Amino acid sequence: MSTTDKGDYLLKVANLKLTLQNQIILDNVNFNVKKGTTLAILGPNGAGKSVLFRALLNLLPYTGNVEWTEKVKIGYVPQNVAVSDIPLSVKEFLSIGTNKANAENSLSLVKLDDKTILNKRLGVLSGGQLRRVLIAWALVDEPNILFLDEPTNGIDVGSEEPIFLMLNSIKKSKKMTILLITHDIHIVQEYSDYLLALNKCVTFFGKSEEIASLSTQKTIYGEPVCVETLKAGN
Amino acid sequence: MLETVIYSLLIGIFVGVSAGYLGSLMVLEKMALVGDALSHVALPGLALGILYNFDPFYGAFAFLFVSAIIIWHVQRVTRISFEALVGAMFTLALSIGILMIRDAEALAEALFGDITQVTLLYSVASVVIAVVAILLTKVIYKKLVLAMISEDLAVSKGIDVAKTNLLYLFLVSLVVAIGIKIVGTLLVGFLVIVPAIAAKNLSSDMFRYSLLSAIFGAVAAFSGILLSSYLNLPPGPMVVFSGIAIFAITIVANWKMQINT
Repeated sequence: MSTTDKGDYLLKVANLKLTLQNQIILDNVNFNVKKGTTLAILGPNGAGKSVLFRALLNLLPYTGNVEWTEKVKIGYVPQNVAVSDIPLSVKEFLSIGTNKANAENSLSLVKLDDKTILNKRLGVLSGGQLRRVLIAWALVDEPNILFLDEPTNGIDVGSEEPIFLMLNSIKKSKKMTILLITHDIHIVQEYSDYLLALNKCVTFFGKSEEIASLSTQKTIYGEPVCVETLKAGN
Repeated sequence: MLETVIYSLLIGIFVGVSAGYLGSLMVLEKMALVGDALSHVALPGLALGILYNFDPFYGAFAFLFVSAIIIWHVQRVTRISFEALVGAMFTLALSIGILMIRDAEALAEALFGDITQVTLLYSVASVVIAVVAILLTKVIYKKLVLAMISEDLAVSKGIDVAKTNLLYLFLVSLVVAIGIKIVGTLLVGFLVIVPAIAAKNLSSDMFRYSLLSAIFGAVAAFSGILLSSYLNLPPGPMVVFSGIAIFAITIVANWKMQINT
C-alpha cells in the first residue's frame, strides 16, 4: 500500500483482481472511499464481499492497486467468530493484541456501560452484546477506519437498528471512515453514504440514496420483482 | 530408591504443570485427541533408544516433533482434519514401535512409565525443559486464543498463525517427551487433556482456566507417582486414576454451581 496525498479520499482501489484456486473471485474492481464516510458493500452470497475485505487487509494476495492516502489504522470486525466454547472474559478479550488502557473507554463507545459485563464469559453474551464487544475490540486501538463484515449477523431485527445508530454516532464523534458489508437495502439507505454493489465485479458504485431508484435496483438485481407481478402469477 | 521417588515427584510436578498448561490450549483447539494420540507417535523413537542404547527421550522427542511437522504441513496443504491425520500417524507409529520393541518388560515401561531409572540429571533437564515450555507458551498463549476466535483477526493483528502453531506443536512435543518417562507413552496424553477439561468445568475466564489446568496437572502427576511408589504399581495408571478423581470432583462442583445460579 502506498501513501500519497489524494485530497478527500482515504482509499483508492483500481483494477483489483483476486484469484483463489484458479477461480476468479474479484475482477476489475474500482472504487474510492472518502474520509469520514460510510461505504456500504452489497451483493449476493459468493459475490466476493468478504474476500474484498480480506484483500484490503492484506490477508489475501491480489493484483491491482490499493492506495491509502494517509497512514491508516484499521479496526476489523469479521462476520464469524468462534467464542462459544472458550472460557474467555470480555475484559481478557479486550486486552488481546490491543492497548489495555482504552478497553473500558471503547466499551462506553459501544454503549455497554454496565461494568459487570467485563467479567462475563464471551460465550454467554447475547448476539447483540457480542457484536458490540467485537466492535469495542476493533475500537480499542483507536482506528481511523472500521471494516465491518455484516456487523449484525446472527442478531434479531429489533437489535440491528440500535447498533447502526451507535456506529453512526461513533463515526461522527471520532470522524471515522466505515466500510460496511450488508445484505440489507434499508441499512444501505439509512446508514451509508456510498454504495458499492459487487458480484465478482462492480455492478454499481455511487451514492447510497440512488438505491431507491428503480434503474439502480435493476442494475444491481436485474429486473425488479414487484408485488403485483407475484399476485398476477398466482 | 527414595532418591528416584523424589526425582520422579519433582519431574511429575513440572510435567504436570507444563502438560496441563499447554493442554489447556489443545482442548480449546478441539484437538484433545490430537494431544493424546500424538504421544503414541513417540513409541518408535523410544524403541530406537532401547535398541541402540541411547536415552529414549531423544528418540521420543525426534519422532514426536517430526510427526508434528508432517501433520502440520499435510494439514495446511490438504485441509484434512488434525484428528484424522494424527489418527493415521499414531496407529502407524504404535505398530512400528511394538514390532521394534521385542522385550516385553521394556515395552511395558515405554507404554506405562517407569520411575526406577530416573536420575538427577534427567530430573534437572526435565525441569528446565518444562519451565522453558511454559514460558514460551505464555508468550504465544493469547495469540493462539485470538487465532481460535478468528484466524483473520489474528492475521490482521500481524500474528503469523502458522508459525505460532508450529512453535506450539514443538513445545507440546517437548513436554510429552519428558512426560513419557514417568507416565508412559500410552498415558501421557491424559495429562494434556484431563487437567484442562477439569479446569474448564470451573472457569469462566482464561486466567483461571489455564492456572487451574496447570495445578490439576501437577496434583494428578504428583499424587499418582506417590501412589505408584507406595503401592509398587506402574505410575502411568496411578496418574490417570488421580486425574480422573479430580475430573469427577470438578463435574460435581460444576453441577452444584449450576444449581446455585
